[in-house]
Amino acid sequence: MTASSTAFEKARADGRAALVGYLPAGFPDVDGSIAALKAMVEAGCDVIEIGLPYSDPVMDGPIIQAAAQQALDAGVRTTDVLRVVEAVAATGTPTLVMTYWNPIESYGRVSGRSHGRSGVERFAQDLANAGGAGLITPDLTPDFAPEWTAAADERDLDKVFLVAPSSTDERIAMTTAACRGFVYATGIMGVTGTRQATAAGVAPLIARTKATTDLPVGVGVGVSTGAQAADLASYADGVIVGSAFVRTLLDHAGDRTAGLAALAALTEDLAGGVRA
Amino acid sequence: MSTYDADALGWFGGAGAFGGRFMPEALIAALDELDVAWREAMADPAFTGEFDRLLHEYAGVPSLLYDATRLSEHAGARILLKREDLNHTGAHKIRNVLGQALLTQRMGKTRVIAETGAGQHGVASATAAAYLGLDCTVYMGEVDTERQALNVARMQLLGAEVIPVKSGSRTLKDAINEALRDWVASVDETAYLFGTAAGPHPFPSLVLSFVRGIGDEARQQCLDQFGALPDAVAACVGGGSNAIGLFAGFVDDPEVAIYGFEAGGDGVETGRHAATIFAGSIGVLHGARTYVLQDEDGQTIESHSISAGLDYPGVGPQHSALSAAGRASYLPVTDAEAMDAMALLARTEGIIPAVESAHAVAGALRVAKERPGQTLLVNLSGRGDKDMGTALEWFGLGRAGAQEQGEQG
Repeated sequence: MTASSTAFEKARADGRAALVGYLPAGFPDVDGSIAALKAMVEAGCDVIEIGLPYSDPVMDGPIIQAAAQQALDAGVRTTDVLRVVEAVAATGTPTLVMTYWNPIESYGRVSGRSHGRSGVERFAQDLANAGGAGLITPDLTPDFAPEWTAAADERDLDKVFLVAPSSTDERIAMTTAACRGFVYATGIMGVTGTRQATAAGVAPLIARTKATTDLPVGVGVGVSTGAQAADLASYADGVIVGSAFVRTLLDHAGDRTAGLAALAALTEDLAGGVRA
Repeated sequence: MSTYDADALGWFGGAGAFGGRFMPEALIAALDELDVAWREAMADPAFTGEFDRLLHEYAGVPSLLYDATRLSEHAGARILLKREDLNHTGAHKIRNVLGQALLTQRMGKTRVIAETGAGQHGVASATAAAYLGLDCTVYMGEVDTERQALNVARMQLLGAEVIPVKSGSRTLKDAINEALRDWVASVDETAYLFGTAAGPHPFPSLVLSFVRGIGDEARQQCLDQFGALPDAVAACVGGGSNAIGLFAGFVDDPEVAIYGFEAGGDGVETGRHAATIFAGSIGVLHGARTYVLQDEDGQTIESHSISAGLDYPGVGPQHSALSAAGRASYLPVTDAEAMDAMALLARTEGIIPAVESAHAVAGALRVAKERPGQTLLVNLSGRGDKDMGTALEWFGLGRAGAQEQGEQG
């Protein structure tokens, strides 16, 4: 039982779904992201996902991409992401990193032409040292993840791979067999922050996923309100929210106190939703 | 398994080396569907026959192999030009797009999306979509829409919707990101006409299968017209589709040297370039492990080139494998060298090449010094009509008395 799956189990024992909250590290700045994520923990997030800002985020919609780009423009590095992980994990809340693959392969690159893949080992160790629970990998599927699988297994880090409405039953089975912690079900066919997931829409995928595994299943992509969280919580073990948190901070740019208050209010609304 | 062929998972040069498929799970089913449909199509004489017919009757293929005698005099080596610039829509791109659009039709999809840098692939996609009655949306970096306004107009006239991409560096890599996002949300009815031999499996192999006629034709034309293979072949490399198509014809001829010329921009030493293999490092970009321009954290570095078509921080994984295996040499050519070559070809042969192709000509001129008297085959991948604005600005053309400046380039 990992820290993530324990959090899901605890929520299940309470008769509710878990609330998973996402923000990119370094947005609006490194210390600001730590404060924001801690506010989300205090207001009811059961699990935290910290986005590693990346220059080419294929699965992210414009809201998260803008936040990640802001972080990159401000000079945020992978080492800063690990600093955020350490600070948030210290609260005792399971903290995962959601990341595209190239920054992991490249982590700790020494010279320009060195092969990047030894970075996987280095990152896994530093993530474990920071207290991180594992990785969510939107552009890495288990069939292309041998290095990550080996590095994660050695350190008992969670491997959260995604399943999608378009996944075949065979791929869902292959994916859930490779997951540890929980399974991330994509609520819509689309990128983050663009369309709304519905229970009716995602229920078949959750059912197909649960038919292959006892792991908890969280629904992400397309979730932004308490009412929606309530709708989805009746089917899924967890509800994963990202763009809505980012948008809240963007809406209060320049006023950190108001931003944190709004973030706490949204978290409470969503936390109420998963309990409804 | 040679470095040139992919295994079942799309790896070139051995498992885990180059290529593969680093993509959101949401797109895996579509990539698998495409892979199966493409393999079935390539094994179906009805499909390949229709593709060949379209190439011959619509696209003007096979393109000429031209003995550029005046350029050769200047170079000190015999230079042969594979005239892909004479194809319909003015570049090699039409081969790839006709193949992918026919495949789209065969798969029963009604809409195509494409990304484009210089506009050549976008124009080719819009053309094929118009010809086959498919809806077409083209994503193009906002910067590129400004420097290639004429091609934007061509796409629009052909009925395509052109969407300027305002994220990131607002160039080709961001157009690819945006096209992929569209595809995630529309995959049931939409095919992604990938513009180069890069991206996730099966695109590198699939694109090669449609453009390899460049090399196969050129090889046969060399034998038929000159009775011998060339000593070396050369092509420009951005993503690398024209180059991989040419190289395909000669990769199994070990006596033929292979050169790929990347965009050296202001000079590799300045950091403002797109010389991905020469100066990049191995990473994952747009679904494949390949050479990438990236910083120490694996963030993509913006590329720079006078040529929008070469302005890409990644490269097709087959090229990475060929480079790693030592079968092909990849070298940078600066903006200035390319523009000099553009002017030289125009004035010696009456052929205005695309700025992309001018990189290959410039590189061949350099190779000629190392191989005096030998025969060099250069892929002239596109024509320069689209680049007249670039030439006008670079040479200060377009006003009386400006010709001398052009020669000084």
